[in-house]
Amino acid sequence: MKKIMIHITLKEGVLDPQGKAVQGSLNTLGYDAVQEVRVGKYMELFVEESADIEQQIEDMCAKLLANPVIENYQYTVEEGVTQ
Amino acid sequence: MLQAPEITPELIEQDKVYHEMGLTDQEYQSVKKILGRRPNFTEIGIFSVMWSEHCSYKTSKPLLRKFPTEGPQVIQGPGEGAGVVDIGDGQAVVFKVESHNHPSAVEPYQGAATGVGGIIRDIFSMGARPIAVLNSLRFGNLTSGRVKYLLEEIVHGIAGYGNCVGVPTVGGEIQFDACYEGNPLVNAMCVGIIDQKDMQKGIAAGIGNTVLYVGSKTGRDGIHGATFASEDLTEDSESRRSNVQVGDPFMEKLLIEACLEVIHSEHLVGMQDMGAAGLTSSASEMASKAGTGMEMNLDLIPQREQGMTAYEMMLSESQERMLLVVKQGHEQEIIDVFEKYGLEAVAVGHVIEEKQFRLLHKGEVVTDIPVDSLAEDAPVYHKPSKVPAYFEIFQQMEEYEPNVTDPGEMLRTLLQQPTIASKEYVYDQYDSMVQTNTVLAPGSDAAVLRVRGFDKALAMTTDCNSRYIYLDPETGGKIAVAEAARNIVCSGAKPLALTDGLNFGNPDKPENFWQMEKSVDGMSAASLRLNTPVISGNVSLYNESNGQAIFPTPIVGMVGLHDSLEHITTSFFKNEGDLIYLIGETKPEFGGSELQNVLEGKYFGKAPMIDLEVEATRQEALLTAIQTGLVVSAHDLAEGGLAVALAESLFSQLSFGCAVEVTGDNTTALFSETQSRFLVSVKKENQAQFEQIIKDATVIGNVTNTGQLIVKNDNQFVIKEEVAYIQALWKGALPCLLKSKA
Repeated sequence: MKKIMIHITLKEGVLDPQGKAVQGSLNTLGYDAVQEVRVGKYMELFVEESADIEQQIEDMCAKLLANPVIENYQYTVEEGVTQ
Repeated sequence: MLQAPEITPELIEQDKVYHEMGLTDQEYQSVKKILGRRPNFTEIGIFSVMWSEHCSYKTSKPLLRKFPTEGPQVIQGPGEGAGVVDIGDGQAVVFKVESHNHPSAVEPYQGAATGVGGIIRDIFSMGARPIAVLNSLRFGNLTSGRVKYLLEEIVHGIAGYGNCVGVPTVGGEIQFDACYEGNPLVNAMCVGIIDQKDMQKGIAAGIGNTVLYVGSKTGRDGIHGATFASEDLTEDSESRRSNVQVGDPFMEKLLIEACLEVIHSEHLVGMQDMGAAGLTSSASEMASKAGTGMEMNLDLIPQREQGMTAYEMMLSESQERMLLVVKQGHEQEIIDVFEKYGLEAVAVGHVIEEKQFRLLHKGEVVTDIPVDSLAEDAPVYHKPSKVPAYFEIFQQMEEYEPNVTDPGEMLRTLLQQPTIASKEYVYDQYDSMVQTNTVLAPGSDAAVLRVRGFDKALAMTTDCNSRYIYLDPETGGKIAVAEAARNIVCSGAKPLALTDGLNFGNPDKPENFWQMEKSVDGMSAASLRLNTPVISGNVSLYNESNGQAIFPTPIVGMVGLHDSLEHITTSFFKNEGDLIYLIGETKPEFGGSELQNVLEGKYFGKAPMIDLEVEATRQEALLTAIQTGLVVSAHDLAEGGLAVALAESLFSQLSFGCAVEVTGDNTTALFSETQSRFLVSVKKENQAQFEQIIKDATVIGNVTNTGQLIVKNDNQFVIKEEVAYIQALWKGALPCLLKSKA
């Protein structure tokens, strides 16, 4: 089995109200060094071995897991994992 | 690709860079003449947005002038952020509709969300508290996966923003037709209430007064078409970046409260929201209206991103921003209010005597434009118009007379058409109750909200049957206004005024322009006769995909006033034994009907005719009957005719049924869409008094307790349906269509 680790982040230039709220709270707690926060998503998929799995992951990201209009995605693959 | 610093005024002229911004050669020459020199990159960008249709109405202005905009009830007509209408007791209602079609086609969730946010800002920038939002949506047929996705995301976007910002979403309508497949329509209307003495205008008066920037920081949001200006544009940076505007409803909520506190300050001179063309339009319009000029230092603008150019700052459409003008020397008092809400308020410039719009950036004057040339002197075009060939053909056609053999089956089919089916799936996602003033939530003809502290309420609705307008724009335009007024009257309120959301195709095509012209004529005639002046509005053109224009869709948003909460009436039957009346005669009119759509899959022929005299008289009489307390329920007849109206009137309490007798041709009696008709239920003891007020009402049956919808003709059963069963079909249709695989 393969483990796919997917990171989804907002594209540059897109407003991130959630990140702004987190930053505000961090600053309120006294962490003044924090200048900007951007919140994304992280997903783990455990998939069966198959020849075109990379293409399938691409499709999954583009169609469902990320919104390509405002989000970027990237993923890494870990081979031979047992769940 | 060109880089920003290299685009010199000479290059702009030589390479016609202004074409990419949407300016014509002729318009460029006018700019040159106004300035007496070549405009630089920032300046030509500013002209391009201010002279766009959205800001200048350069194409639609000659048509908009035809609208009746005055009446004793009107306090503020078109020209400000929103229109204002007197509702007595020193109060006023403020409302406007605005489109967000193109952003919603690109990124449906955020497009719809920021559409809601934008129209709410228009309302509170007038000093009014937003009390309700309505949405008018148009989609393609629900057979395509893309359309389903658009519907779901647009609804999520409206809910996501509206529910968070604390303004109830109380109504609207949704229609489905193939022409909207590639170009959905998202029009949002906001209604607010204000004490007349608190009314604000977006003016920059008083030389030396300070210009305050309030709210979110400015990013590169919404700068389309001209992205070549931002650094070097490679394939890679294109995929990394996005200029989609993202809404922040929590920020907007803070802005509402802060701005509504600031309006009570004697130091506030003017306030306007930064909508389309953000900083540029708000600043230049405020100065132009006051007959002053404005100077701003762009280095002071709060910026979300590094290295923004003057061009980007001036054209950014970042959300949740306001521009205020405050009295010199009192800035801190205003800034303190915003700080209390955790909002940034920064002095960025001041009002100047010279009527110039002057911007400084990094120690240089980057813009110096006569302020009136932007707001007042925009070009006005009188486009050629031509009667489309299809219209001539439709007018020549024989009357379309369908024959339905099984009316019961047809009723079930019609109730499952997405345009007629229950929209509960959609409005259940909206918070329609927040602020706790909602008396009639979505589901009846109009939404009704009480005005706290007074024995009065406001009714509101949006309407537009674009099929009729496509068949015959003038008649269809009249019908759109009349239908909105019918919905208001059925709820027991007197129609006050309307806001128009004009959505059309490319006006450069004479046939499209003709549709605009004629529908405006029709709407004007109806609003004049029904005494509902046009007090605000929005124009969205170029709604096309693959060269195919949408049906002309001038959406009517209307507000009415209940003199007393006792007059509030719903469309649902309420007591067994009540008499059911049909007001108005029925003719075989099926052009543009839902029945035609079901049987033929297209629309053709003549639109139903409408006589505004009859319409107005009937509406007045019905309102009198309701106000006299004689009417138990009232419903207007619309898509699907009498059969659908009967079914809808039964859907609130399933134990009720009806026994109705029709005469003549069954198809006409049940499914014709003849205009100016109402379905009303009346207590038996009030029969004589009711008939005295409404002369053209006919008893067609009575409300029963059988749970069956029964229609007979000459003692033969025409329809016999279990109400619970057909209600389930009606309710389930939309979720079913959304879940079925494309």
